[in-house]
Amino acid sequence: MIELFGFLLSGVTVGFVYALVGIGFTVIYNSSGIINFSQGEFVMAGGMSTVFLLKAGLPLGVSFILAILITSMIGIVLYKLIAFSKNSSQISLIILTLGFAIFLRGLAEVVFDKELHTMPSFVGDGAFDMFGTVLTYQSILIMVVSIVIVVALYFFFKKTKTGQAMMAASINVDAAKLMGINIKKILMINFALSAAIASIGGVLLTPITSTNYEVGIMLGLKGFAAAIIGGLGSPFGAVAGGLVLGILESLIAGYVSSEYKDAVAFVALLAILFFMPGGIFGNTKAQRV
Amino acid sequence: MLQINRVTKQFGGIKAVDDLSFRVKKGSIHSIIGPNGAGKTTLVNMITGVYKVDSGTIFLDGADITNISTDKLVYRGICRTFQNLEICENLTVLENVLLGFDKYMDKSLLKSCFRAKSIQVDEARYKQRALHLLGLIGLEKLADQKAENLSYGILKKLEIVRALGTSPELILLDEPVAGLNPKETQEVSNLIKTVVADEVTIILVEHDMKMVMQISDYITVMNFGKKLAQGTPEQIANNEDVIRAYLGSGVVC
Amino acid sequence: MLKRYNINRDILTLSAILIIVPFFFQNDFYYEIAIVSLLNSLICIGLNMLMGYAGQVSLGHGAFAGLGGYIAVILGSKYGITPLFSIFIAVITMAIFAFIISKPILRLKGHYLAMATLGVGIIISIVLNVEDELTGGSDGMSVDSFTVFGYEFNSSLQWYVLCAILLVFTIWMFTNLINSPFGRVLRSIEGSEKAANSVGINVSHYKSIVFVLSVVIATIAGSLYAFFSGFISPSEASFSHSIELVVMVVLGGLGRIYGAIIGAVILTILPQLLTSFEDYQTLIYGAIIIFVMIFMPKGIASVYEDLKGRLFASNK
Repeated sequence: MIELFGFLLSGVTVGFVYALVGIGFTVIYNSSGIINFSQGEFVMAGGMSTVFLLKAGLPLGVSFILAILITSMIGIVLYKLIAFSKNSSQISLIILTLGFAIFLRGLAEVVFDKELHTMPSFVGDGAFDMFGTVLTYQSILIMVVSIVIVVALYFFFKKTKTGQAMMAASINVDAAKLMGINIKKILMINFALSAAIASIGGVLLTPITSTNYEVGIMLGLKGFAAAIIGGLGSPFGAVAGGLVLGILESLIAGYVSSEYKDAVAFVALLAILFFMPGGIFGNTKAQRV
Repeated sequence: MLQINRVTKQFGGIKAVDDLSFRVKKGSIHSIIGPNGAGKTTLVNMITGVYKVDSGTIFLDGADITNISTDKLVYRGICRTFQNLEICENLTVLENVLLGFDKYMDKSLLKSCFRAKSIQVDEARYKQRALHLLGLIGLEKLADQKAENLSYGILKKLEIVRALGTSPELILLDEPVAGLNPKETQEVSNLIKTVVADEVTIILVEHDMKMVMQISDYITVMNFGKKLAQGTPEQIANNEDVIRAYLGSGVVC
Repeated sequence: MLKRYNINRDILTLSAILIIVPFFFQNDFYYEIAIVSLLNSLICIGLNMLMGYAGQVSLGHGAFAGLGGYIAVILGSKYGITPLFSIFIAVITMAIFAFIISKPILRLKGHYLAMATLGVGIIISIVLNVEDELTGGSDGMSVDSFTVFGYEFNSSLQWYVLCAILLVFTIWMFTNLINSPFGRVLRSIEGSEKAANSVGINVSHYKSIVFVLSVVIATIAGSLYAFFSGFISPSEASFSHSIELVVMVVLGGLGRIYGAIIGAVILTILPQLLTSFEDYQTLIYGAIIIFVMIFMPKGIASVYEDLKGRLFASNK
């Protein structure tokens, strides 16, 4: 029982990080219809930048904020590249983001290095004792920050003018243009926002799992899986998908086989695609006519 | 020829087609009209097996064809065109028409890979027939053009000709002149008449009242998924229910 | 004579290039790169048929090639089956596997299809890594030499000739297939599934056939690669290998018969050229992909065709 509780806790912690990746992915997908395969590299960029800014002697808070800014800039660069390629098909845009992912990995190798890095937690290494298992401060931080981001996004899209404009643009581009909304600017903000969310995930995860230049590949793919499991296009779906995935992974690793842990996300992904193509929270109208 | 018995189709509580029955006589042009959202395209989709019917049956020459898939129906002699043009823009005009003859073609993998003589001979023969069909709409010269380069009006005609390739006994035309100018409309209308000369039965879904009144033998009027009226063009033109339904929805006959 | 078998100018040109090129090879390393290029070309022809002609994306073909290779190798090393026969069994097994998964997977469209094939690919690669008793795990396993009816393939030249003949033969069959009614059906599926369906084409049936065909070709190439290099590891089946193959096809030009070969050759040689840049290799590789996708999203073959078109136009 205690064991189970421990698995659930660690599952939820990792699940929230998947959720953050999934949300970032959803933000870009909703605004542009593009599947961004470099989302995982945004996570990596956030974590690695923070680690190296810390090494350069900057304080933790400053490194954190700078890392988010750097990653947002990377997001904007990706948007500029996509905007620059005219008349591209869906598949060539997918390849473009894949190429960008490879480029970022290469960049991280050159600017940083190929080693595994970790960093101290923002909130110290302490932990609560909960029903016999430990809940680290870092885990609590991840959960709190993730929930804050989800709530903030909700208010941003529902209550602020910019957010509403962004929603309108994602629903109907032509109508939004007629309303005088600057689509290009909106898309750019979306890419920056998405990158920022991913980088926060990267920074939060680094004290727990460490980071290196390749860490983004699996994280990105699992974030996509989370988004699709929850229902492509729904930020809340991405959170639900992330949590389901994190918990499933943790349980499989604990009770069945730790080696097959990474396969969980993809088995779940296939099960959802085959049997519930709209995802848990998504549009239930079949995407497979 | 075609017999529709009490078919119903619901989309989440709304009955798009509600307990509808009618018959289509062999060799006739049977039009289905009605305001937008009356359930006409839903009906076409049910007859052609795109949607499963919730209840009711559809018979073709006495054989039950309810819920048989679109591609199998082609082998039973039913073919259709689409309200929103469905043309393969990546193929040439000729290839699009050749596609219509697909059900007669040998597509075995080995013969295709090794360029069997029989396939070459067949292909040449069907090419002639396809060119003949293109001739009907005056498109032989554009045969080798990519379909994406052609105008909407030409593609609408191309779609009908493609359907003819399957040598159907019954053809369902879903708004064949929507979006066409008067001249093009007249051309399509002529095309449909020549098709009938070849003894093909036609179900025509159309908003263009002038054309419907001109070429139909029989008309079924739908409203809110139900049959509102049925009869010859003269009977329909003088039916008060029909006039009311149309005036109500703002469409002027 | 040539005409009857549809041996056209392109196929003759390809054959001529394949015959001439070895005269410029300075050592075995050149052969090695050439053979890998040829095998990648093979996989890409199948993948191009699936993606470029039938319009179905697959981000899992690296895994299919890798799994096929493993089956052939394991049959040989654990059960002593001869290479040719073990490749044959691998082909049959993978064809059945592909057929079974094709039904639910190819019902999906666009992004969903991409994610599903990616998922299957990654699961395959994880299984190959974990089941180390059978596969040797992440260290991979060595492969016996390739013998056909007692004739052993031990020189690079032999392998080169084998792969070159296989490629020319495949591209010839592929050209015939694409230009047949079967090929027209495939292209119509990319153009409009509804249109294809409305003239009596069972779309899902044809999607399955192409998927199985492309997996069969990948299996053959994957097995040959294992026998050629004398070694197989899960990296053959990795996500990045699958991506690499898709990039090859798109870079060369989707839906262009020779695009797959152009893409495969360039992307096989490119990393070798970049080794002198050491640390910058990945960076440059990524930058080149971005560059090509921005400036020639329809692939290199399309640029060539455009140029040819312009030359003809100016001649008139």
